[in-house]
Amino acid sequence: MRHTAKAISTVTSIAALLGSFALSIPVVSNAAEADDIAQGKKIAFDRKKGNCLACHYIEGGALPGNIGPPLIAMKGRFPDKSILRAQIWDSRVSNPNTLMPPFGPHEVMSKSEIDQVVEFIYSL
Amino acid sequence: MKKIAVIASAFCMLLTPLVSSAANPAQDLKDFRKHYTEMFPEIPLHDFVNGVYSVDKDSREQWEAFEEFPPYETYVEKGEELFNKPFKNGKTYASCFPKAEQGIKQNYPYFDKNRGEVVTLELAINECREANGEKPLKYKKGAIAHLSAYIAYKSRGKKGNVKIDSSPESMQWYARGKKHFYAKRGQLNMSCADCHYHNPGKKIRADILSPALGHTSHFPVFRNKWSQSSKSGDGMGTLQRRYGGCNSQVRAKPFKAQSKEYRALEYFHTYMSNGLTMNGPGIRK
Ligand code: HEC
Ligand code: HEC
Repeated sequence: MRHTAKAISTVTSIAALLGSFALSIPVVSNAAEADDIAQGKKIAFDRKKGNCLACHYIEGGALPGNIGPPLIAMKGRFPDKSILRAQIWDSRVSNPNTLMPPFGPHEVMSKSEIDQVVEFIYSL
Repeated sequence: MKKIAVIASAFCMLLTPLVSSAANPAQDLKDFRKHYTEMFPEIPLHDFVNGVYSVDKDSREQWEAFEEFPPYETYVEKGEELFNKPFKNGKTYASCFPKAEQGIKQNYPYFDKNRGEVVTLELAINECREANGEKPLKYKKGAIAHLSAYIAYKSRGKKGNVKIDSSPESMQWYARGKKHFYAKRGQLNMSCADCHYHNPGKKIRADILSPALGHTSHFPVFRNKWSQSSKSGDGMGTLQRRYGGCNSQVRAKPFKAQSKEYRALEYFHTYMSNGLTMNGPGIRK
């Protein structure tokens, strides 16, 4: 499964790359960013990956839990994206007794998956 | 060297109060209850035996409707038949459980001093079979859950009465169960306490979390989820079947039903509901 997911994301990013050749440079980064956000959303909502909806309200996600705070207005609360990433990578750093899984250290998601989830959450 | 000794003794000082507090079940029980009664001041203590329905008024009505024609009834009857059916040697379960008719579930699990082990009702059922030349049953569902349902049914109305023996061995079993309850585990790094002590009443996705106080009063249970494919049985399951499910949810490898680890957990977990009324079997989602 992991391999297929990886393969698909590689294919889509190559497709995005190829498609963007015909266009001007700035669009490349926007397209890549939009792609990361879309991909990050998928991973965040996937029960086997982020499963963030188990605990957080996120716009567009059905039946969210309410153990953690709603993930809204993230840029306001996390002006520094690296702090947001640190929270998602290993939430124990800010709260040693947190209920939130240590996604990075426990390898629930890969580095690049977490990067994409960060892009998505940051866009909320 | 000196430094190490100082550190070691400081460590011991730190450890002593921990150990002695781990060895005070009566105080633990008081604190445990207080935690929930303060968290839910509007819920009467005796209502915690209703699990998630004590904290979730919305689904309570639906559940009460289920109780009008309870799906566990046929399994209680099956359990009664099994209980009274003679083994090949002519004896029945009554030879091992002479007081089952009057209600015995409230006394399980207990610490057997001679063996130095905690004995659960399901373990005792299988030991009874083996003592009478019969093969043991599988532990999580099927006939063992029916027998246990019958015994639980006969014990309705009795108050939980688990005894923590003051012997060091018994305390060790208790401490092991307590540790299991509060320890983070699995890839998702969550403890029983994370869900059922710190967050009862909250939603994890669409599920509302039940308080651990009162968790054990109504087992075994009939679960809709367990009745939906023939592979997972007829819906009836034991407490330790549930332990396995909750361990798996956090991607921890479940222990075997009736392993020492789960018996220790059941010893602690059931003791925490002492004094509450037995109301098994129950119905859950
Ligand atoms: C099992 C529960 C659980 C899951 C699953 C979970 N979280 Fe959390 N999250 C929490 C809790 C509880 C907090 C509150 C802070 C704390 O206790 O550490 C939190 C805090 C946060 C915060 C900080 C919010 C703030 O305003 O301070 C962010 C951001 C966050 N989570 C993102 C995520 C993302 C993204 C995912 C999925 C990849 C996720 N969480 C999955 C429970 C969870
Ligand atoms: C990730 C969250 C989570 C963790 C961790 C967890 N559980 Fe659960 N548990 C649930 C959910 C959800 C249910 C179903 C709703 C309910 O009754 O709470 C449940 C149900 C139960 C039930 C059935 C309650 C009833 O009234 O029939 C028992 C007993 C139980 N859990 C015990 C445990 C024990 C013991 C542990 C630790 C070994 C544990 N749980 C860990 C989420 C969790």
